[in-house]
Amino acid sequence: MTLRVNDLKVYYQTLRGDVRALDGVTFDLADGEIMGLAGESGCGKTTLGKSMIRLDSRMRHVGGTIELNGKDVPIADDDAMVPLRYREISLIPQYAMSALNPTRKIGRMVNELLRARGVRPADIADELNRRLELVGLDTDVLNRFPIELSGGMKQRVVMVISTLLDPSLLIADEVTSALDVSTQRAVAESMVEFRDRGYVKSMIFVTHDISLVYQMADTIMVMYAGHIVEKAPAATIINEPKHPYTQMLIGALPEVGSTMVQGRLEGIPGTPPGLLNPPTGCRFKDRCPMAFSKCSEQPPLVEIEPGHWAACWKTG
Amino acid sequence: MLELSQVHKVYKVGAFGGGRLRAVRDVNLTVEPGEVVSLIGESGSGKSTIGKMVLGLTRPSSGRITFEGTDITTIRGHSARKEYYRRVQGVFQDPFSCFNPIFKADRVFEMIHTSYFPRTSDADWRDKVLDALATVRLDPGNVLGKYPHQLSGGQLQRLLIARALLLDIKLLVADEIISMLDASTRIDVLNLLADLKERGLGILFVTHDLSLGNYVSDKSVILRKGAIAEMGPTARVFDNPLHPYSRHLLSCVPQLHRTWAEVDAELKANPPEDVTLPTAPDEESAPLIEVEENHFVGIDQG
Repeated sequence: MTLRVNDLKVYYQTLRGDVRALDGVTFDLADGEIMGLAGESGCGKTTLGKSMIRLDSRMRHVGGTIELNGKDVPIADDDAMVPLRYREISLIPQYAMSALNPTRKIGRMVNELLRARGVRPADIADELNRRLELVGLDTDVLNRFPIELSGGMKQRVVMVISTLLDPSLLIADEVTSALDVSTQRAVAESMVEFRDRGYVKSMIFVTHDISLVYQMADTIMVMYAGHIVEKAPAATIINEPKHPYTQMLIGALPEVGSTMVQGRLEGIPGTPPGLLNPPTGCRFKDRCPMAFSKCSEQPPLVEIEPGHWAACWKTG
Repeated sequence: MLELSQVHKVYKVGAFGGGRLRAVRDVNLTVEPGEVVSLIGESGSGKSTIGKMVLGLTRPSSGRITFEGTDITTIRGHSARKEYYRRVQGVFQDPFSCFNPIFKADRVFEMIHTSYFPRTSDADWRDKVLDALATVRLDPGNVLGKYPHQLSGGQLQRLLIARALLLDIKLLVADEIISMLDASTRIDVLNLLADLKERGLGILFVTHDLSLGNYVSDKSVILRKGAIAEMGPTARVFDNPLHPYSRHLLSCVPQLHRTWAEVDAELKANPPEDVTLPTAPDEESAPLIEVEENHFVGIDQG
């Protein structure tokens, strides 16, 4: 078992009170598993990714634990996290394309980064070149400035840099969202390749695009308003979702080949609840067509069949 | 209704404007009333430039854009342009940056009132606004009198569409209007476009997302490097893509029930027949060949 997250709670501190962005999140991630983390904006998916690597000044660890390879990850202690970052847990941030320092050539930036982690760049140069070629980049990119590369190239450079020290866990936050479809496919496929070659042990792939994670992930976890609603193997989530939210979300996605004329898709009425004072009970109940009296209690996340978890009173 | 013929747009690029970039190359297309035309392309394909030229935000370098018979580049002067915008409006990608955060969101309606319908009484105008809000399926109580930050992206985007509807428009240029919206609200905006089309509105739907283009449109135009790669009825373009570039694009779209590997295997098992693509006699033109009725393929650009 690589990663075990248990009842994790991370709140944002604001002047008006705590925003409960992650409110009791529990899941496991196996060795070699690519987990797609999907949900609408504001559901807490980026917060979950960020809290595993660094809490910024507004974020507060309220409760729960994270265990990686059997060892506790001290997320609330910024200094104790330093040895873990990059070596054990690595992140490809959202908008990675603008994460590169515009005033440094890429090669120099990589060297600085490695030295900061106590690694001699010369020891790793061959591996770096090999991996750049693997994602289809010329090693000449190391002599270029970020502005000279296209969006897809920058994204792949960031991907290679983030995984250079073979981390156990890679968190990829919306890495393909700003790319064109053909580049998106190339990047997604090289991420799977990185896992297959063991450059990263397991991966959390945060995205709002469910059809993309279906292409590459082993499992998909769906979040809603700070809670996990469902986690299952990718094909199960797409073909037999059990939670009403997942069902409606997948029902609302137009596909290549589906047209208005063949049948109108329906969105989900309403908006997600604010997390400043979230409603009690199931957080989806106000938008849920199946809601009944019991939904005023919070449904636990239970394993309804092996590997398939859902948090709904109707599925239990 | 809207017709583009041999439209080109060349931008000056580089430090001293010495370089030339052909953003739109020899584009011919039409939009009829009650027709949704999708302009589909990757970044740099010229799709937004076409939208901007139709809206008069930038002028074509050569070629003609006519709307109901009038060449729109000949529309000069404040009042004539205002009349044009009474009939043609645009809605853009980012609804959050379209509103002034200092004012309430419904100020956009009041601005239309004072500048286009100064003679309409306040009571009549309120009825019109309520009517437009009903069309975009917004509850007036939820949106009127609110500030932009109190509303969701989907609500703001629908407010902007309602604003355009107040103007009795004939053509709506929708440039990536749903790419910033969440999956659960996206489809509502798409369905709204379909309702508007029923009312006879022509829509130029600019998108990079093939599945969205496919869902809503009657005619699809796939653009590559400023030129049309393939154009035809949506069902034909997606069932039987003829241009190698369209096939490549379609094979890269993540699908919900088929993986990329399955799509590739299927393509390999039944390789599509090649069609003869037209060749361009020079750098500027981009001729089309009609392969089947109303279904055109364009030049191969490698």
